[in-house]
Amino acid sequence: MVQYNFKKITVVPSGKDFIDIILSRTQRQTPTVVHKGYPISRLREFYMRKVKFTQQNFHEKLSAIIDEFPRLDDIHPFYGDLLHVLYNKDHYKLALGQVNTARNIVGKIAKDYVRLLKYGDSLYRCKSLKVAALGRMCTVIKRISPSLAYLEQIRQHMARLPSIDPNTRTILICGYPNVGKSSFMNKITRADVDVQPYAFTTKSLFVGHTDYKYLRYQVIDTPGILDRPFEDRNIIEMCSITALAHLKAAVLFFLDISGSCGYSIEQQAALFHSIKSLFMNKPLIVVCNKIDLQPLEGLSEEDMKLVMEMKTEAVKTVLAQGGDSNDEEVLLTMSTMTDEGVIAVKNAACERLLNQRVEIKMKSKKINDCLNRFHVAIPKPRDTKERPPCIPPAVLEARAKANEEKGKRKLEKDLEEESGGAGVYSANLRKHYILADEDWKEDIMPEILDGHNVYDFVDPDILLRLEELEQEEGLHLEAKADEEDFEMDGKELTEEEHQLLAEIRQKKNLLIQEHRMKKSTAESRPIVPRKFDKDKKYTSERMGRELSALGIDPSKAIDRARSRSVTRRGRKRERSLGREGADGEAMDIDDELSNKKLRTRSRSRSRSKSRPPGEVTPGEGFKDSAQKLKAIRIAKKSVKVRNKAARKGEADRVIPNLKPKHLFSGKRSIGKTTRR
Amino acid sequence: MRLEKCWFCSSTVYPGHGIQFVRNDAKIFRFCRSKCHKNFKMKRNPRKVKWTKAYRRLHGKDMTQDSTFEFERRRNRPERYDRNVTEMTLKAIKKIDKIRVDREVRHHKMRMKGKKAFEQQAAIKELENSIDLVKAPVALQQDSQFTLAKIKVEVSRSQPEGERMEE
Repeated sequence: MVQYNFKKITVVPSGKDFIDIILSRTQRQTPTVVHKGYPISRLREFYMRKVKFTQQNFHEKLSAIIDEFPRLDDIHPFYGDLLHVLYNKDHYKLALGQVNTARNIVGKIAKDYVRLLKYGDSLYRCKSLKVAALGRMCTVIKRISPSLAYLEQIRQHMARLPSIDPNTRTILICGYPNVGKSSFMNKITRADVDVQPYAFTTKSLFVGHTDYKYLRYQVIDTPGILDRPFEDRNIIEMCSITALAHLKAAVLFFLDISGSCGYSIEQQAALFHSIKSLFMNKPLIVVCNKIDLQPLEGLSEEDMKLVMEMKTEAVKTVLAQGGDSNDEEVLLTMSTMTDEGVIAVKNAACERLLNQRVEIKMKSKKINDCLNRFHVAIPKPRDTKERPPCIPPAVLEARAKANEEKGKRKLEKDLEEESGGAGVYSANLRKHYILADEDWKEDIMPEILDGHNVYDFVDPDILLRLEELEQEEGLHLEAKADEEDFEMDGKELTEEEHQLLAEIRQKKNLLIQEHRMKKSTAESRPIVPRKFDKDKKYTSERMGRELSALGIDPSKAIDRARSRSVTRRGRKRERSLGREGADGEAMDIDDELSNKKLRTRSRSRSRSKSRPPGEVTPGEGFKDSAQKLKAIRIAKKSVKVRNKAARKGEADRVIPNLKPKHLFSGKRSIGKTTRR
Repeated sequence: MRLEKCWFCSSTVYPGHGIQFVRNDAKIFRFCRSKCHKNFKMKRNPRKVKWTKAYRRLHGKDMTQDSTFEFERRRNRPERYDRNVTEMTLKAIKKIDKIRVDREVRHHKMRMKGKKAFEQQAAIKELENSIDLVKAPVALQQDSQFTLAKIKVEVSRSQPEGERMEE
């Protein structure tokens, strides 16, 4: 079955877009460079190629349009009529015809100009020929741009048409507006049609699908039809009329017997009679809807009469098909509000349609081909004796017993169903365990105990072995009890010794750590020489402390250290001038003098008085203070230049950066960079 | 559900822990945690890695052979359930555990025997030799509470006195 799917039609571009697409494609996909120095054949070829290429593209695209749009005569008459109703057949054909002529004209233009190009004698002439050709082609397309726009509109609308298969089983719902067709549709299919209280809510055909006896049925909801002469009908009504006319379907004519649609039963009956010609050869069912508002029995006499008339008409169609005239299948009542009778209507319609289709198929030629292949062979009876099938009695008995047992024995499945179904009941698998004692069936055995697998220990004679083990253990314990641990020799250390030992160990640790630190610094870091001892580690007080910790009296050592200090030694000359005798011996005999006396001679007070800068001290070698000041000035002057150049001294000729980046790279804001 | 042993460190792998590695020759390696797994991937030999049970057993730190180990044997055939046997087994497990733990303690004690004496000797020697880090020899001479290290001094008076007199 070909699915009528108009979604696959390519987009029709507007006139201007069309021209743009083609011209830009020509520009991109043909060579673009040409010089007047080329040989003439090459120039001609170049421009001919462009013209031909453009013509070919136009031809392709226009042909695509013409081919893809359906030809109204070639498709199913239902679609043909539907498209005619919606878009006007003539207009449509005209548009496509224009596209076709445009295609032919473009071809002719290209042919003419190519012929002219063969005799072009200069680049300029060839070029102008090409320009003219392309220009004329584009004008042609511009002239058909309204047709293109129209075709694009049509294409968009066609893509949204419902996909109705005209050859499959279809049920058609028709009637006045607002009688309840769309609600019925919503009830039996999954379609979601708008249901509103105003008339003409449904403005086009809607398709839904429903199932009956494992077959799929198409249900088509139509817009309401009013009772008007044929010529006055608008497009929407024409849609439903088309559907009625062309689709071979079961027709459900809906009747609103409560009159809440706004039309009386007479009007609806009038409509029925005017379109009954469309119901030829279609199974028709008259459906009375909205019986919750007005039951069928409660109708007035005239209305009842009208309804009966319609029913007889419907019965006539049944008879025409060759079915028997039973009234139930022709006039049905239902209410979409209370869902009463909805399924019955659907089933009736589907059944009638199916029967009709099967009959038609039986009558057609194709079925005979199938039937010819079947043949049921029945042996000819040779006499009138009856011969039923023979079953031995044992088998019969066994069968009877099995049936009885099936009734008696309780299966697991039954048990499951009783106890709450599949999700709730879980079968007790332990029921059928074979154990020495029946009470043990529900026992839970631990698998793990204290980090051991119990299964590894399980042993019938585990008790015996355990006893042996315990005996062994007992023996061992006795043997152990005999040996005492007499490890103590009696040579224990006292408290003080313990303390000393701890101190020794601590000191050793410290030494090791210091050594490790020194070891790492010796190569990686330079050691600060001792004269720049900023931590002031090497002081005489410290020495004194450490010596007293070791248990020695430090005073003598401190004195000796002090007497040999640098500051003292610096004063040697002065003292030798002033106090010869006494101090000459003082150096030798300072051991004997007391500490206090030594200190009072202010030997280590070299810094306690600060001197003015120009004052001459005797050891320096200046004549007078003026000379010293001059010397200071000269010294400073000589140092100034060097300091400005950041040089440490006379011999410092280090250039830290031989090629500074700012001199060797970059542009200059003024000046040239020819030299670097 | 079974408790397995970690291939690397021999500790128990409880359900839900660790990783199992199956090699192409279908040998299964179970690991209790990623530490063991990573060590295995580094191709380390557990017998050389100090903290594993394999090392400790190999170097005699832990008990190797004992009759308590005979009780725990992996049985591949399942036994039919017997309540009495199970009861006895559960009780026995506890007792066997106790005995095993006792024996391990004893083993450790045997190993550590003689350590105290050794330590004491070492302490005494250290005290004698390194006392001058804490106390100066001068102080020690005065305070004769502590014994100084016995330093052997070569005495040069080996000639008999008779000969010296002659010189």
